[in-house]
Amino acid sequence: MDPPLRAPLEIGFDYTRSLGPVLSQFMTALAQGRILAARGADGRVHAPPFEYDPVTAEPPAELIEVQPTGTVLSWSWAPAPLAGQPLEHPFAWALIRLDGADTAILHAVDAGSAAAMRTGMAVRARWAAERTGHIRDIACFEPGTGPGPVPGGHGLAGQEPVTMITTPVQLSYEHTASPAETAYLHGLAQGRLLGQRCPVCGKVYLPPRGACPTCGVPTADEVALPETGTVTTFCVVNVPFTGQRVQPPYVAAQILIDGADIPIQHLVLGCEPAEVRMGMRVSAVWKPPEQWGTTAENIDHFRPTGEPDAPYQSYAHHL
Amino acid sequence: MKQQAAVLGVGQTRHRSRRADVSIAGLCREAVDRALDDAGLTLADIDAVVVGKAPDLFEGVMMPELYLADALGATGKPLLRVHTAGSVGGATGIVATSLVEAGRHRRVLAVAFEKQSESNAMWALSITPPFSMPVLAGAGGYFAPHIRSYIRRSGAPGHIGAMVAVKDRRNGSLNPYAHLQQADITLESVQASPMLWDPVRYDETCPSSDGACAVIIGDEQAARASDGPLAWIRATAMRTEPTMYSGKDHVNPRAGADCAAALWRQAGITAPAQEIDVAEIYVPFSWFEPMWLENLGFAEPGQGWRLTEAGETEIGGSLPVNPSGGVLSSNPIGASGLLRFAEAALQVMGKAGAHQVDGATVALGHAYGGGSQYFSMWVVAATR
Amino acid sequence: MTDVAVVGFAQSPCARHSDSTTSGVEMLVPIFHEVLAATGLSKNDIGFWCSGSSDYLAGRAFSFVQAVDAIGAFPPVMESHVEMDAAWALYEAWLKVLTGEAGIALAYGFGKSSAGVLRRILALQLDPYLLAPLWPDSVSIAALQARVGLDAGLWTEKEMAEVAVRSRAAARDNPGAQIAGEFAASDLLAAPYVADPLRAHDCAPVSDGAAVAILAAGDRARELCPRPAWITGFEHRVDSAVLGARDLTAAPSATAAARAAGATAGPGGVDTAELHAPFTHQELLLQRALGLGEGVRVNPSGGALCGNPMFAAGLARIGLAASEIHNGRADRALGHATSGPALQQNLVCVMEARS
Repeated sequence: MDPPLRAPLEIGFDYTRSLGPVLSQFMTALAQGRILAARGADGRVHAPPFEYDPVTAEPPAELIEVQPTGTVLSWSWAPAPLAGQPLEHPFAWALIRLDGADTAILHAVDAGSAAAMRTGMAVRARWAAERTGHIRDIACFEPGTGPGPVPGGHGLAGQEPVTMITTPVQLSYEHTASPAETAYLHGLAQGRLLGQRCPVCGKVYLPPRGACPTCGVPTADEVALPETGTVTTFCVVNVPFTGQRVQPPYVAAQILIDGADIPIQHLVLGCEPAEVRMGMRVSAVWKPPEQWGTTAENIDHFRPTGEPDAPYQSYAHHL
Repeated sequence: MKQQAAVLGVGQTRHRSRRADVSIAGLCREAVDRALDDAGLTLADIDAVVVGKAPDLFEGVMMPELYLADALGATGKPLLRVHTAGSVGGATGIVATSLVEAGRHRRVLAVAFEKQSESNAMWALSITPPFSMPVLAGAGGYFAPHIRSYIRRSGAPGHIGAMVAVKDRRNGSLNPYAHLQQADITLESVQASPMLWDPVRYDETCPSSDGACAVIIGDEQAARASDGPLAWIRATAMRTEPTMYSGKDHVNPRAGADCAAALWRQAGITAPAQEIDVAEIYVPFSWFEPMWLENLGFAEPGQGWRLTEAGETEIGGSLPVNPSGGVLSSNPIGASGLLRFAEAALQVMGKAGAHQVDGATVALGHAYGGGSQYFSMWVVAATR
Repeated sequence: MTDVAVVGFAQSPCARHSDSTTSGVEMLVPIFHEVLAATGLSKNDIGFWCSGSSDYLAGRAFSFVQAVDAIGAFPPVMESHVEMDAAWALYEAWLKVLTGEAGIALAYGFGKSSAGVLRRILALQLDPYLLAPLWPDSVSIAALQARVGLDAGLWTEKEMAEVAVRSRAAARDNPGAQIAGEFAASDLLAAPYVADPLRAHDCAPVSDGAAVAILAAGDRARELCPRPAWITGFEHRVDSAVLGARDLTAAPSATAAARAAGATAGPGGVDTAELHAPFTHQELLLQRALGLGEGVRVNPSGGALCGNPMFAAGLARIGLAASEIHNGRADRALGHATSGPALQQNLVCVMEARS
């Protein structure tokens, strides 16, 4: 059996987060080079402020300002920073109790080396040159006492309150195909449609799945299938959306390949969308072989064969 | 043995396409605080919290209930997070009910939310894994072909989908919390709206909403201590089947029919169309009203659209469906199922306001998710 | 209260890079067959199924949906899913047995932790406004917690290394373990830090895997299992997410859960504990938080430090603790599961043998 096929899967989105009243004040102050805190029911000053008190679950009465300087309560060393972290060279993560606060903020400390870090050391915020009202307006902390410079000053007069932040989330995964799907994909790479028959119920699955979904057992018995089939049902996609890879309008159809016991979803082209019908007979139109890979996209689309439509009863139990 | 459970209070947000005035925590608290007020309770009275929401990719927060512990008053208490695709809101209500029925807790807070404006659901639902054909087109692209199958199978006239949309949107205009407020919608305006996923038109689809819903469920002693009207939970049921399998009936899925049968049995209901006074059914695309009427046993297969066409599912009809405006008027995905359950409770508590169905004493809440494969339902009643 | 017992357990071998898909089907099918065969049950005997997994581990929405294929869920099943470690799925399953809605219930969890960069993905569990935009990874956060304890004199790096040594030695008897063998603390301490003060041996490996456990009530449990692990306490709690406002040397949620579950040490108390401690210092912290004394055998399986399949490892701890009762090596055992950064959420299941 071939080893499972693997391929990268990247997902990314710039999330837009509305802040609500507490975080809005906090972020607005960051843009001005100031740090706000909240006094909790237990008397502790929380910096950064809580939205809801850890003890009473109530929102804070008012926010108060604390110093951009503080003391390291704990730290760890990041010798190989990961994507998106505050610094690209080795740095420390630290829990920092800001002067005037009782709780700690978690942020990065640009200390040069782990040897320069110790619990109890004094640090101060290093402000980003361009501030938008975001936690990254604090570029990081650095060893030192007394406030550091605030590029652009505290004023930023006339600035509107910050009510939204944008948070990009980019993640990379390795996607793995199941053994059954791998066999199917290798078949596609040779221009063949290979289904598998469930040893228990005898149904032919195309594409084969990790397990027969009704019997819960792996399928292995390979079945070569033709490239003709019947449109069981379909819709016409007219709506554009983020990440779409086919230009609308297009017909997304359920196609029951002859000899298979479950339809696949694919495109029907080669006629006007309005001419596509339930029961229409179609056949696969392959891309040129030099473009083939181990993907369902080797079949560019399905086109009408011109045969008479399949009778409704022949596919009604697949709807 | 099973303890008796009842809904003590219900709260929801004002659902909007973008609730830019609140954080995720603030959105949840708006619903939670209203539910607590409704029940005459505070967070200190709550013994456990159950959170439901749909995919974490929608907000880009992994297991957000962890970060929300303080905001939900869950710190120091048991906290559970449910995710059963689109049915999750219903499942959240059922898990909270189970905590009470199992005798574990006296008062449990169920809260479900979605802040869809943080990202884009079409994007999140259409991520195409490697090796596959990129024909996914969101939930509409998934369900529209099955709606076509329903129309073919039942012979329903084409205007049924538009009729449901008009009814639900007009109902929504009676509900101050509903996202869409379209009192003036007409059959003609729905039919003139763009065809998004033929045969589904723009006005026949649910909106994308920010919103939350909270329900407080208590045991018999908590119910006795409550001043307000109650919704007694007569029955709950959940069923699941695979997304796709050979012979799957996408129009009338077996899991939904089995779930309903189990629900009616548990509730002692033999003729649902007669015994249920009002139903809140998960209808994200208008055509699903007749489809689910059949799946639930309110109508024979192929006949559900006749109830819609005859106006029986309007407020004042024999079986009002979605007097709140339903999913077609507000769709914070993770909360949508719990909203159905909560609205059913509001009806039998007599607190549904302008969309109250007169004399409602027994109501159905229904949710479904995935590829019509996850179902969760409850029956609530004004009396035990 | 209905008597409910863990009557069956199976887990897939923990692997750094499994050939399974992120839907877990390939890991689940064999262990479903194993646990059903061991108990003599068929899928149709299971009254309620509940799973635990994470979309972010898989990198796509509704990733748990396809796992249902492994059940062969037709005719349709009564089923639910938590976006948590499957230990909490077992808790939900327990509820359904307590209410009488199911006589036999099955919980399963799966995680293909290797599909993405696990420590970076877990940053998305943090406050989405104040922390996640900085991408603090899970190992660095655990390291902050470790240092607080080191500075407070609650544990030393040597004691942490000794946890790893003991775990890896114990794991030699666990065929599912990913790391096992004879090691010397001095050798481990000679290795460089991966996140000062944590070295590689202090951190659980990145593991792919799955686990399944079966619950049954009353006489049915006795029929299915010669020595059922009767649940005498099953509790969970969560702490505040605000790391900077928490005492990171304590786990109040673990302490409260253990107390509520009746987890006592000493005579008549638990003799065996499987702790879900993905970092060495967390095992030391949890022993204190749970009140486990000297006489308690901790992590005879080697624990999460020798295999930590995300979203299954907590259920595996309970299942392994139950197995110690099944095989007669324990009379009263505790299974523990954790979730969230720095032991934020904790669950305790106490089980006992009965004559």
